[in-house]
Amino acid sequence: MTATGIEDIIMLHDEQHISASGAVTASDEGIPIRKKKEVLCGMYNQLTPALVERIRSVSDHVFAGTDINPDYARDEMPVYGTKMPDLAVQPRSTEEVAAIMKICYENNIPVTPRGMGTGLVGGAVPLYGGVLMDLSKMNRILSYDLENFVVNIEAGVLLADLAADCLSRGMMYPPDPGEKFACVGANVATNAGGMRAVKYGTTRDYVRAMTVVLPSGEITRMGATVSKTSSGYSLMNLMIGSEGTLGIITELTLKIIPAPKASASLIIPFRDLRTALATVPKFRMNHMDPQAIEFMERQIVTLSERYVGKAVFPQELGGEPINAYLLLTLDGRSTEEVDRQIDQAADIALEAGAMDVLIADTHNRIKDAWAARSSFLEAIMEETKLLDECDVVVPVNKIADYLEFVNEQGRKCGLEIKTFGHAGDGNLHIYQCSNDLDEAEFKKRVDAFFDIIYREATACGGLVSGEHGIGSGKIRYLVDSVGETNMELMRGIKKVFDPKMILNPGKVCCQL
Amino acid sequence: MNICVCIKQVPDTAEIRIDPVTHTLIRAGVPSIVNPFDTYALEAAVRLKEKLGGRVVIISMGPPQAAEAIRSCLAVGADEGYLISGRKFGGSDTLATSYILSEAIKAVEKRENLRFDLIVAGKQAVDGDTAQVAPEIAEHLHLPQVTYALDIVEQNGELRIKRDCDSGYDILSVPLPAVVTVVRLPYEPRYPSIGPWRESKKRTIPVLSEADLETIDLSRCGLSGSPTKVKKSYTPVRDKHGTIFSKVPAEQAAEKVASMLSEAGII
Repeated sequence: MTATGIEDIIMLHDEQHISASGAVTASDEGIPIRKKKEVLCGMYNQLTPALVERIRSVSDHVFAGTDINPDYARDEMPVYGTKMPDLAVQPRSTEEVAAIMKICYENNIPVTPRGMGTGLVGGAVPLYGGVLMDLSKMNRILSYDLENFVVNIEAGVLLADLAADCLSRGMMYPPDPGEKFACVGANVATNAGGMRAVKYGTTRDYVRAMTVVLPSGEITRMGATVSKTSSGYSLMNLMIGSEGTLGIITELTLKIIPAPKASASLIIPFRDLRTALATVPKFRMNHMDPQAIEFMERQIVTLSERYVGKAVFPQELGGEPINAYLLLTLDGRSTEEVDRQIDQAADIALEAGAMDVLIADTHNRIKDAWAARSSFLEAIMEETKLLDECDVVVPVNKIADYLEFVNEQGRKCGLEIKTFGHAGDGNLHIYQCSNDLDEAEFKKRVDAFFDIIYREATACGGLVSGEHGIGSGKIRYLVDSVGETNMELMRGIKKVFDPKMILNPGKVCCQL
Repeated sequence: MNICVCIKQVPDTAEIRIDPVTHTLIRAGVPSIVNPFDTYALEAAVRLKEKLGGRVVIISMGPPQAAEAIRSCLAVGADEGYLISGRKFGGSDTLATSYILSEAIKAVEKRENLRFDLIVAGKQAVDGDTAQVAPEIAEHLHLPQVTYALDIVEQNGELRIKRDCDSGYDILSVPLPAVVTVVRLPYEPRYPSIGPWRESKKRTIPVLSEADLETIDLSRCGLSGSPTKVKKSYTPVRDKHGTIFSKVPAEQAAEKVASMLSEAGII
């Protein structure tokens, strides 16, 4: 197996091995097989009517044939391929998930776990058919333990529902990924980050414990309601970000914090993006700790406000055009404390070259200021026929140079590029859009563009994905970025959890 | 053009929650804001001032903490603001409130040494929802009024107003001075910019009490001046029952609805 031959990366069944020449052989027959995809498809069994009956005997929520929701064939980035499952289930309990999983394990049926299908890298697409496990009906908030600051939930609870429920108890679940109608279990499976990561960290920092159904159908509990652990390998942390390839997360114990008593957002307009971005580290240097720091350029704000139907970002100031904005959120224990932060942040921004500082200090104003930011993706989708995306993360001091590079490469590759991102943590969302290219030509140009910009991201110290994950769409860039040694470790881990390779095949570290 | 904007401080209804046990509003810890419709009235006033010159003066009746709401208006283009607050004003219904405000408007005109060409407010406050106070101010002051304005444009010393109505909108012409109430406008109220925001924090808000309103008749203020008597207040039961006739022709559906209403004694 060569390091560069992506097609050669394959996980093998126990009975198979890779020969020294790189050929994959099935040891039973000893025949070299080079068409790997066929090997793996051959590895899986088709669902028979008898197996469907067995699954129906353990689950009341089974869908076959035309009853299967066509959305199950795709996520929000169909450019990475679509595929209908042969059967869909909507389990209501961990035991039900385990029983279905066990049947599939015994019979070599691939299983793809899915939340709300809001992913952007093809992670929930059942590439090999089999069973689609929709976990969104396991959506109960089970209990709060406010002495230990945790909430227990089922994995299918929506982020929006969890956030609102916590707030109604004066608590906050800090992770705040842009898509509020995704399942929290899926947030954990991709280690989703979001707007507040700059102050509060990503989803990983809020997972205390989880219940997992392993590919074999065994149920296991990982982690505990404790703040420290030095208790062997952290299997729970392997599960976080594993994108449904190691096990199915069914229940979660999540850390929550007392909600800040007051908050305000600042819209800070700048003449250019570089000045805006150069302002970001200055907040930190002055001991400020904003909850969120987002950057955005005028073009995408205008696009999004048109979509939202409400315009609150100024376009110009005293006749001078505004070209970039920072959007900050500050929080604290009282209105007075937040007012002091507003004062200080404004001084820092104005000294760094901001044109003005606008203050959103009521619930509605904060909501309106963030409405445009939260709708960038939907606004782009609305006005774009062909779309692809990358969410690289680079060191914060490299954002401006990197974006300049990206825009220049976009021009060279003949692609329309739209960018926005988290200025506080270096996570960038870079969209390639087209309304006039045919799909083949678009994909060709995007491939060429990705090769260049992912290489540059790695070269400047970044990584392939900040929060969207690898799925099936970004595997080759992950290989280029982390190298063969690390990929081999990942494949080894996959094999320990899922020796039969039946859980979400074709994702993260094993391209089929 | 000199404009008086009447505002009310209200609880931020976006943050009000209902107690799941008692079914009453949980007001504790709920921040106060300027009534959202009034923020549109202020934005319309500031836009007129920017075009035509003049002053924008805020008048608000309420407890001492309502000064904060006035201060936030000073951060988005108002020039001055008066808080109308007095012991004798407590317990006023809409009739008494509108009377006190009309007296306050006269007193402020005297203090500011100007005449208001326009008195503008939101169509209603989101807490009381009566939509009565501004129209009553017009009656007390014997001024023409237009409610539900979608847009206000000055033209040759008159106002041209686009008024929202069920079938679309009307365009009305109103002589000045006049009272106008606005709905949600096609543009959003501006966000405070840091300079005016900082200045507004330093401003002292003058308070006018019954002693400062020279011509006021105190028997028309407070509880004694309020014909409205609240007998009982309760949370309405949510009743989502309904019958939808979708599979029958419209005429037959209409007949069925009519007979049901008549059976129920409603018509």
